[in-house]
Amino acid sequence: MSLPPLVEPAAELTVDEVRRYSRHLIIPDVGMDGQKRLKNAKVLVVGAGGLGSPALLYLAAAGVGTLGIIDFDVVDESNLQRQVIHGQSDLGKPKAESARESVEEINPYVKVILHKERLESDNALEIFAGYDLILDGTDNFATRYLVNDAAVLLNKPYVWGSIYRFDGQVSVFWNEYGPNYRDLYPEPPPPGMVPSCAEGGVLGVLCAAVGSVMVNEAIKLITGIGETLVGRLMIYDALEMTWRTVKVRKDPEGEPITELIDYESFCGTVSEEAQEAASGSTITARELKEKMDNGEDFHLVDVREKNEYEIVSIPGSVLIPKGEFLSGEAFAKLPQDKQVILHCKSGGRSAEALAALKSAGFSDAVHVGGGVLAWVANIDPSLPTY
Amino acid sequence: MDVTINGERRQVAPGTTVTEVVRSLTRAERGVAVALNDEVVPRAEWARTAVAADDRVDVLTAVQGG
Repeated sequence: MSLPPLVEPAAELTVDEVRRYSRHLIIPDVGMDGQKRLKNAKVLVVGAGGLGSPALLYLAAAGVGTLGIIDFDVVDESNLQRQVIHGQSDLGKPKAESARESVEEINPYVKVILHKERLESDNALEIFAGYDLILDGTDNFATRYLVNDAAVLLNKPYVWGSIYRFDGQVSVFWNEYGPNYRDLYPEPPPPGMVPSCAEGGVLGVLCAAVGSVMVNEAIKLITGIGETLVGRLMIYDALEMTWRTVKVRKDPEGEPITELIDYESFCGTVSEEAQEAASGSTITARELKEKMDNGEDFHLVDVREKNEYEIVSIPGSVLIPKGEFLSGEAFAKLPQDKQVILHCKSGGRSAEALAALKSAGFSDAVHVGGGVLAWVANIDPSLPTY
Repeated sequence: MDVTINGERRQVAPGTTVTEVVRSLTRAERGVAVALNDEVVPRAEWARTAVAADDRVDVLTAVQGG
């Protein structure tokens, strides 16, 4: 959809800016007018992670005058495979600060505003109010619905991108002119159904493909050129190497968005069944180690996927992925005369498998809170984490 | 009749609705979007939207990663 420019042009570009942006200025569709609009634009990037990294780098290089960065996390080694705005020397540093340093190195004319906090229902409207446009590159459904609803309430456009393994999806949601995220996905998948990148992995370079489309759309919205992705969902398959677009329209029977809600409970990070099963049936990594040292007879099952098991595992564990518990296949593989102890990476998936196991009659089964990560942290720090 | 579901030719009974196609693929209807001939069908219209011969149906799953 072709739309009017989102941002008024700045009064002028300095001589230094003209030199820097000359390759934009000589494109007729961008020109002096478009570059002045970029200079005047205030863009907020939610999450300085996989998508936020290329997005921030290119928004900065393109000359977006004010960039807001919201991220509460610190740089971890496992981020560096794809989060190219951070480097080796940034390990342990807040991502927002590390991202600011990279942005300032790329373009000192960009004003950076840091929000080193978690985006929540009680701060989203206030933070968003200071920006013309928002880019959503967060890593969880709860924040994605929060970003959507806040943008709808403030009638602001936002560029949405999400990634998983080899697949990417991108769109522009602007309730005034087209559908919003809830018209596409009215509610999130059930908890545990769709893995995060931390659980399922992501091809690093996928972030560049999807992140660059997000910036492309941001530039078009700010300057008012081209056909934006309002009303269209773009789907990228990096294995088949295809880009497809499908039309999206407003759901005439969709629930109107009137206020921000509790998004953790809306998305139910852990299902109620899992919470109930885990309550009173959770042991710590240390308790597991004690059971081993005492020579207790139990059956330790790792419910993660094979690739994860190959990276690191708890000694003596056997692998039966969570899906086999949900389908019921797993039960025949388990002993009836021994206690079954489940674990996963951090305790979420094992709680779900535990719920299925208990309803199948394995009443004394337990799971390990914190999973293999807690084992590495508390029992054997020589093992790798991921 | 033949339709293409997520890129594969499949036989479905005439009158099959979008809801029924989704149920044949996944236990969960939450977090799923369906494109019928490259146009997303709003959730409220799934049950009353029937697929026709040679239609292309794509069942998309929401992903959260970023």
